[in-house]
Amino acid sequence: MATAGEKGIGRLFVIAVPYLWLLVLFLVPFLIVLKISLSQDVIAQPPYAPLLDLSQGWAGFVDFLSQLNFDNYVYVLDWNNEFLDAYGSSLIIAAVSTVLLLLVGYPIAYAMARAPRTLQPTLLMLVILPFWTSFLIRVYAWIGILSQDGLLNQALQALGLIDAPLEILNTDLAVYIGIVYSYLPFMVLPLYAALEKLDGTLLEAAEDLGCPPMRAFWLVTFPLSLPGVAAGCLLCFIPAVGEFVIPDLLGGSDTLMIGKSLWTEFTVNRSWTASSAVAVLLLIVLVVPIVIYQNIQARQLEAGK
Amino acid sequence: MSKSLSWFNVTALVLGFAFLYIPILLLVIYSFNASRLVTIWGGFSTQWYGALLENEQLLDAAWVTLRVAFLSSLVATVLGTMAALALTRYGRFFGRSLFSGMTYAPLVMPEVITGLSLLLLFVAIGLERGFWTITLAHITFTMCFVAVVVQSRLVTFDRSLEEAALDLGCPPFKTFFIITLPLILPAVVSGFMLAFTLSMDDLVIASFTTGPGATTLPMRIYSQVRMGVTPEINAICTVMIGIVTVVVVFASIMTKRQEAQRKRDEQAAAAH
Amino acid sequence: MAKTRTQTIGAVRRTFSPWTDATATPLIRFENVVKRFGAFTAVNNVSLDIYEREFFALLGPSGCGKTTLMRMLAGFEDPTEGRITLAGQDLSGVPPYRRPVNMMFQSYALFPHMSVADNIAFGPKQAGMAKADIDARVEEMLTLVKLESFAKRKPHQLSGGQRQRVALARSLATRPKVLLLDEPLGALDKKLREETQFELMDLQMELGMTFLIVTHDQEEAMTVADRIAVMNHGVLVQVDPPAAIYEQPATKYVADFIGDVNIVECVVDGCFGGDLRLSTPITPHPLQIAQGDAGGVKTGDKVWLAIRPEKLRISLEAPDAAAGNCFAGEIFDIGYLGDLSVYHVELPCGTRIKVSQPNLSRMVERPISWEDKVYVTFTPHAGVVLSR
Repeated sequence: MATAGEKGIGRLFVIAVPYLWLLVLFLVPFLIVLKISLSQDVIAQPPYAPLLDLSQGWAGFVDFLSQLNFDNYVYVLDWNNEFLDAYGSSLIIAAVSTVLLLLVGYPIAYAMARAPRTLQPTLLMLVILPFWTSFLIRVYAWIGILSQDGLLNQALQALGLIDAPLEILNTDLAVYIGIVYSYLPFMVLPLYAALEKLDGTLLEAAEDLGCPPMRAFWLVTFPLSLPGVAAGCLLCFIPAVGEFVIPDLLGGSDTLMIGKSLWTEFTVNRSWTASSAVAVLLLIVLVVPIVIYQNIQARQLEAGK
Repeated sequence: MSKSLSWFNVTALVLGFAFLYIPILLLVIYSFNASRLVTIWGGFSTQWYGALLENEQLLDAAWVTLRVAFLSSLVATVLGTMAALALTRYGRFFGRSLFSGMTYAPLVMPEVITGLSLLLLFVAIGLERGFWTITLAHITFTMCFVAVVVQSRLVTFDRSLEEAALDLGCPPFKTFFIITLPLILPAVVSGFMLAFTLSMDDLVIASFTTGPGATTLPMRIYSQVRMGVTPEINAICTVMIGIVTVVVVFASIMTKRQEAQRKRDEQAAAAH
Repeated sequence: MAKTRTQTIGAVRRTFSPWTDATATPLIRFENVVKRFGAFTAVNNVSLDIYEREFFALLGPSGCGKTTLMRMLAGFEDPTEGRITLAGQDLSGVPPYRRPVNMMFQSYALFPHMSVADNIAFGPKQAGMAKADIDARVEEMLTLVKLESFAKRKPHQLSGGQRQRVALARSLATRPKVLLLDEPLGALDKKLREETQFELMDLQMELGMTFLIVTHDQEEAMTVADRIAVMNHGVLVQVDPPAAIYEQPATKYVADFIGDVNIVECVVDGCFGGDLRLSTPITPHPLQIAQGDAGGVKTGDKVWLAIRPEKLRISLEAPDAAAGNCFAGEIFDIGYLGDLSVYHVELPCGTRIKVSQPNLSRMVERPISWEDKVYVTFTPHAGVVLSR
């Protein structure tokens, strides 16, 4: 709507306030991270060389450029320092978890979409409800289940399936379980949204034209649910790569994930410059999936569905 | 697509919901364990709930968390609704794609990056860290969730309702408050609830942006979990789960009732 | 009482034609209005005058620019070029909420969170009327649309026809100078739509207001409007009263858009005053057409003859030479519609002509049937010659 009255102060205000907020508290912090990742550690508070000093004018800017150095990146990208392993293993853990999530989430979303209409809101609420409870609590719940003397081992031993308790907690397996469990609603919801929109008569048409149900699923249902699959996978994969709480609480000391490495670098080694470099590299790794995700999100929301 | 459920679909649902709910259920059950050991059942007891009430640190943390969550979700709801309006209502403006990028990116941004970058900002501008920096950080990342929830309502909103109000002599500002806002209110409220829960729930961003004296409940729980699993933590978790369940179930029953009433009315109207 | 009113309306209708009066000042003027959306031109250089108390229809297919033209008058879009005046006042820069023009929306746009009465009271409230006056106005409007007992209902508790009437009442409640109706009856079923068309006409007369209706339904436009503007691709093709649009279409496009028509490509053989002799490949005999004035065509021009199906006569026997123009052919298809039948007659060259005939009697000794040899005749006044 391009009426004279709407182009005024109200419009400017509604755009400018959230825009400026995000610029100052979302974009500028990234630029600071970028700058600090190119600075040298100093023993001071804050523990890095100063940011751009504009009071010095052009000379200050030249000085600023000359002070940039890539030492932190050299440090982070050194094979001896385990960061590269951590990037690799994060990507693998996130990718495997995403595939597992798809395998677990698709049947649930499919069954929900095919359930009687009257039941669907309840099922939807049941999927969303755990999401409203604390993430930390949900991860914590698994510690009691997976530990050496935990409920799972107790149950398996009582059933006589195993003799000695399995070691699950503090392994990568526990991390997979934790990620699949915590991220399941993020996978199910976009899949359900895509499957629920599917016109039932399409399947009837396919069957009417001589296609057996199984093939109708692969030829009609699955291709039409692909936008949901893409959204669900990205929504799970991207945050999983940078996950910190799950590997920290469920994973072992040998579970390498970049979120945990960043946290350790920051809180234990207290190197702000190196953790900034880790963050910048993590962002570079994720920039492609994030951009794809944004495009899907923007298209879905702005096209009016 | 509303046939009766096939055995495959029933199995998928039963297994899926069992996976989702059994861990939470066990956690709740073991909060009533008399034994100090979390995993060995030693009889029914509510002693850990009593202990909660005497744990000053935990209560302090809960109070900080609630204040941060309330304040940040309130501001995030206003900002997020404005962002949603800007993206759906105002067509093109300078830097629009940057703006929409900044609105959707925090949804998937790893928390460690958001937390670290905000901390470095607060240090760079010399802001004293504590309650206010956590609140600012939470506003920033939760407003994006609000924006997405409100935006998905706005795109299906019949624009002619606003045009009708303008046409009948109501200026744009007033139109927003007496037509648009009441109609998108359910989305704004769920955006607020989402922001509130996300803020209550956040550990990583709060840990980065906090300072001395401001410890939130997740931070407190986290440090206790690292020292060992205790039934007391189960108890506090159960309390939180209980509150959330009651609120969410109540809210969804209310909306369901309204919808059912509406449907009845519409059927009655069609029968005229 | 009712009778005298009807007579008065009739009297007004018989003589109402301000557009033929050079001294009359129009209420609404579109002056060279252009509206572009990016590279797309929705409205292309439209100039149009609409007079007070006129029931004016904008007719055209979807996407022809008629809705954009109306939305510019309401103030929801600004013209890219040109200007719009209302009662002499330039509307540029006047926001929708300050224009004395109200719109009835296609979706009705009833505020779902307000009762029927609150919906109707919305406009008067914004205008700052006193509480007692607002109540009286709501009462009056509810009576006008015969919904007195529905004041407390919410929109979703009403049927489609009732919602339509609430929307109408709401847009009339502020007594606007002009009422805009955007496809107002599109959501109603056929029977209700036809009834409502006549109600709208009576209402417009009774209130003495100017109505501007946008519709893609030609029957609706013909029924309600004093004048119709036919639009296509953002351009006004013809602005005339319904009968003139139907009987004297200005172009092939108008002839084809309004009602059924046979269009035959011809060459002008000769002009004799207002009469034309045309030759066409589909029949060996030249056609005689009375054009009134020659319409600017001259011998040798390529023209199109447009003839409505109901102006053709069909018979099994060969007509005598005095019957006028004649095609001979064979029945290819018959559509029986009850009140009339439509025949598709195939000529020897393969061209098919549509003819409709009223079914005047219940029993016919020998009805026309498939593959019958028939003769299609028409008088010199039956068709109209178009040069574009």
